[in-house]
Amino acid sequence: MSYTIAEKIILAHTDKKDIAPGEFVEAKVDVALGNDITAPIAIGEFKKFGFKKVFDKNKIVLVPDHFAPAKDLRSANQCKILADFSKEQEIKNYFEVGCMGIEHALLPELGLVLPGDLVIGADSHTCTYGALGSYSTGVGSTDLARAFVDGKIWLKVPPSIKFIYKGKLNKWVGGKDLILFTIGQIGVDGALYKVMEFTGPVIKGLGIEDRLTMSNMAIEAGARAGLIEPDEITKKYVASRRKPLKHKPKYYVSDEDAYYDKVYEWDISKLEPQVACPHLPSNVKPVSKLRKTKIDQVVIGSCTNGRISDLRIAGKILKGKKIKQGLKLIVIPATQKIYLEAVKEGLAEIFVKAGGVFETPSCGPCLGGHMGILAEGEVCLATTNRNFIGRMGSPKSFVYLSNPAVAATSAITGTITHPNVL
Amino acid sequence: MILKGKAHKFADDVNTDDIIAAKYLVSTDAKELGKHCMESISADFISKLNIGDIIVAGKNFGCGSSREHAPLAIKGCGISAVVASSFAAIFFRNAINIGLPFLESHDVDKISDGDELEIDLSGGIIKNMSRNEEYKTQAFPGFLQEIVEKGGLMNWIKAKEV
Repeated sequence: MSYTIAEKIILAHTDKKDIAPGEFVEAKVDVALGNDITAPIAIGEFKKFGFKKVFDKNKIVLVPDHFAPAKDLRSANQCKILADFSKEQEIKNYFEVGCMGIEHALLPELGLVLPGDLVIGADSHTCTYGALGSYSTGVGSTDLARAFVDGKIWLKVPPSIKFIYKGKLNKWVGGKDLILFTIGQIGVDGALYKVMEFTGPVIKGLGIEDRLTMSNMAIEAGARAGLIEPDEITKKYVASRRKPLKHKPKYYVSDEDAYYDKVYEWDISKLEPQVACPHLPSNVKPVSKLRKTKIDQVVIGSCTNGRISDLRIAGKILKGKKIKQGLKLIVIPATQKIYLEAVKEGLAEIFVKAGGVFETPSCGPCLGGHMGILAEGEVCLATTNRNFIGRMGSPKSFVYLSNPAVAATSAITGTITHPNVL
Repeated sequence: MILKGKAHKFADDVNTDDIIAAKYLVSTDAKELGKHCMESISADFISKLNIGDIIVAGKNFGCGSSREHAPLAIKGCGISAVVASSFAAIFFRNAINIGLPFLESHDVDKISDGDELEIDLSGGIIKNMSRNEEYKTQAFPGFLQEIVEKGGLMNWIKAKEV
């Protein structure tokens, strides 16, 4: 049998000899992840059904990141459910404020997800880790509760779609633009129930952080996962994780004659930075088409683009500059490690001197949680992943999505702007 | 099981932020969440609703976030079932896992807002009483049927454990 990388990883986590797309399987998980929004329901279900002990305290990861540091009393109570459960179950991988970060930046950073792993997370952006060559997929709270019990998940083996990117990336164009372009081409259900496999020379040349950004938004096309075959870049990244690694990574690649539902192939040499317009991530236009769009706020951060390479790009553009008067610039490093790096490298100073704020790691405004909610009529350009109606605050606000370079440039000009004007 | 209610029509790509906005995710109580169901996209949805009514939507219903609060809010506000031309994958899982009745149908365009519907869940048949029409849907595969029949994933796993 020939398999895609996704099929190989799923198969390796079942008792079966072979699998095929469409088949229902029960698979063992290497990591079961929850946050302060989704884990309280999972923990509640686990207890309600009389279960006493989790299947493996070392395979559960709990991160309060959405409404943490607790934005109000009710959020504090939800975060505390995670802390109490972790203590009771001796879950080592619980990350309190001060150690935590946005889950999908934190787990790869700490080496908690490795190539070849099967990861479930009660958060839709769990697909981020596909960039490392793991099968990582978003599930619900009850799925997480069940995984707490026996370490398993039910899966319908998804067929894969292959995306081949050829050509040479222009300056200021990166992983965010490739994925926005892709979603714009195939739509928000263009990969519904399927695996997106990103490949081709452009992907081979892409750094890990850009790859994580791409896989992160696979869910925005409806995909179950967004995979990239591990290569030397992946291996180098894995080698630089905290030692000892939890287990030996397994580097799977797709068979040459594996079955794909569909294959897309694009030459991206002429691609300019892409922007998703309100109110769907698929409503994508090249940045130059949006020149006159005025903005009130810029957010640089999130599990999509809150990593150090993103902050470095923003810092490079904002160095010595002032943001447009009256505009709000909010920069959120995704983890404590990134926060410290940004301080040490002088990036935090650049953002503050430019007139922005440099916030503590949190999902914060991305989902309309806290630390930068939009008022009625306000327009935001964000490096986040969703621009649904009311996503960042008022149902009468507007969210545009872009890469960090476009976001930083636009913070200076006050309108959506191509970084090449500076 | 037969479910009866009035259809409330929604467009394509209704996302989980539409179903329940993140600001309400400080609760896990279905009834409380239900009070704000669809608030951002249909301000009068809750006030027009009668217990047992049915949501009818286009493709990719429940896309976006994994929040199980979305199917919980739908259950909590008194909706008895969701019919859509397709469902986003995580919403689909969540609905199966928590036992929210739903059907995938190619005939949603034939249903108008306010139509009286009767749904035979086990047979997968939607009767449109207002139009005197009947729409057939495909039954869930055996594995999912098993979870549904047990009353959700936790009941299913509990039964397996014993």
